[in-house]
Amino acid sequence: MIATLEETASRQRANFGAVVASLEGVSKNYGEVRALRNVNFTVHAGQVVALLGPNGAGKTTAVKLLLGLLQPNSGKTRVFGGDPTNPQNRMRTGAMLQVGRVPETLRVGEHIDLFSSYYTNPLPLAEVLAAAGLEKLRDRKFGDLSGGQRQRTLFALAICGNPDLLFLDEPTVGLDVEARRALWEEIRRLVDQGKTVLLTTHYLEEADALADRIAVINQGEIISEGTPAEIKAQTSGKRIRCITALSLATLLQIPGVTDARQDRDAIEIHAREAEPVVRALLARDASLSGLEITSAGLEEAFLALTQDNGENGNRKN
Amino acid sequence: MSTATAILSNTQIERSPSHTVTIYLKETKYEFLKSLRLRVYTASVLSFPLMFYVLFGLVLNGKQAISGMGVPTYMIATYGTFGVMGASLFGTASGLASDRGLGWLQVKRASPMPPFAYFAAKVLVSMGFSAIVVALLMVLGISFGNVRMPLAETAKLVGTLVAGSIPFSVMGLAIGYFVGPNSAPAAINLIYLPMSFCSGLWVPYMFLPKVVQQIALALPPYHLSQLALGTVGAGFHQSTTGHWEVLFAFTLICLGVARIGFQRDQGKLYG
Repeated sequence: MIATLEETASRQRANFGAVVASLEGVSKNYGEVRALRNVNFTVHAGQVVALLGPNGAGKTTAVKLLLGLLQPNSGKTRVFGGDPTNPQNRMRTGAMLQVGRVPETLRVGEHIDLFSSYYTNPLPLAEVLAAAGLEKLRDRKFGDLSGGQRQRTLFALAICGNPDLLFLDEPTVGLDVEARRALWEEIRRLVDQGKTVLLTTHYLEEADALADRIAVINQGEIISEGTPAEIKAQTSGKRIRCITALSLATLLQIPGVTDARQDRDAIEIHAREAEPVVRALLARDASLSGLEITSAGLEEAFLALTQDNGENGNRKN
Repeated sequence: MSTATAILSNTQIERSPSHTVTIYLKETKYEFLKSLRLRVYTASVLSFPLMFYVLFGLVLNGKQAISGMGVPTYMIATYGTFGVMGASLFGTASGLASDRGLGWLQVKRASPMPPFAYFAAKVLVSMGFSAIVVALLMVLGISFGNVRMPLAETAKLVGTLVAGSIPFSVMGLAIGYFVGPNSAPAAINLIYLPMSFCSGLWVPYMFLPKVVQQIALALPPYHLSQLALGTVGAGFHQSTTGHWEVLFAFTLICLGVARIGFQRDQGKLYG
């Protein structure tokens, strides 16, 4: 299975351009905390790559290293074949980071005007405003914007210089469904123009919708990498919820059940596939009620992935 | 350059000198607008020196004289120094501390902004607000304190005070690198207010206790106020050059401290 994955991945890479950004054996510690451990990761020209992981997994650290805002403790970071802090590389990159406070007394148009001035080949203001859905908010002060509008303004600052490479750190946090979809559309449009995008997210759905390649990161390590289809294949567990008289021990003996636990008056079962387990449940307990089947969330997906790696002996600890 | 560069490089990445000048001007313009619209800043930076001047320079002692000159004239120099110091420290330190601590400076650093433009804008805007404070003091003095001085002398006084904004702006940058966003205003006041008192900006130098007079000699605001007083003929102690030398040395020390903070930041995480 691993070999097949790697073959697919290399075929995939062959379809894209050269490496534009990479982490080569990078480790980063904050004092005692190990944020990244020996991470190898590449972004190819023309791709959308998603770093998918829970909070605190090391996604933001990876982005900041590639932006040259942090220095690794060991390993190499490269952007366009050189040092990320090189001013010429910065001219070709745009970044959307998570910010605590942005100067609130400047207007949206003013923020964009200033950032555009840093670049040699910026996009016209009207185009940036349209791309970020901010046409009507040009004269609004940043402090008067809603959370979603603030995110869109930060996105506008990332794209205003017409960069070749775009880093988007949790771009859709705080956006409603409609705004999220609009931003996805915009990211797809940028990729159609030949841009390269690295985005971080903790939504599997988002990575699935946008990325050519997903790297799943947890506790500072990349635990799985592949196309969205490959990642989903590994994480397609189901959650079965029901009220049953069967004991937990009995449930865990049903083939295909990976986990079972009591949740208030119901039982929650995790399984690779729902159908055989449900058949077995119904056969053993005629009084079973309140049956619900849902796809496993990202949390279960991570569990599944880490367990897989453990079984294959690939997990480095 | 690598193949990746060859493939993707369709943008011109060298900046022309005139483009760089434009960036500095824009950075300064928006820094100015940002501060001007920040009511807490404008209100506190302008109102305190003006209020104190009206109260102590015009209402209470308006008819008195110090060192052979009217109090209203004398106090334009001292409250001018006080105002310049406030505009400069608050203009640089609290902005920098908040930009650093809350992630905005990282967004700027990730962009191709020339790093020096950020600092230059802060210093220039502090000088701008310093000029506004001093001009308003002059207007008050001329209108209500019967302050009369030749145009050349006025220009010299204003010029000295505005130039004196530089050491305190740089001091603000040094402070801004070592305090958190929430503690910045308190930390600034802790330095600003005692320093002002001990330098003879509130109570004229000659009325200060002997011990405090000794301390004043080591404090930059004392030297700036003496330079300002010198332009209206009321300075004493050292020569003009001596005062400028102290301020220059002080600026260099603060620059060194700010530089340490700047370098320390290059490898640090915020939030």
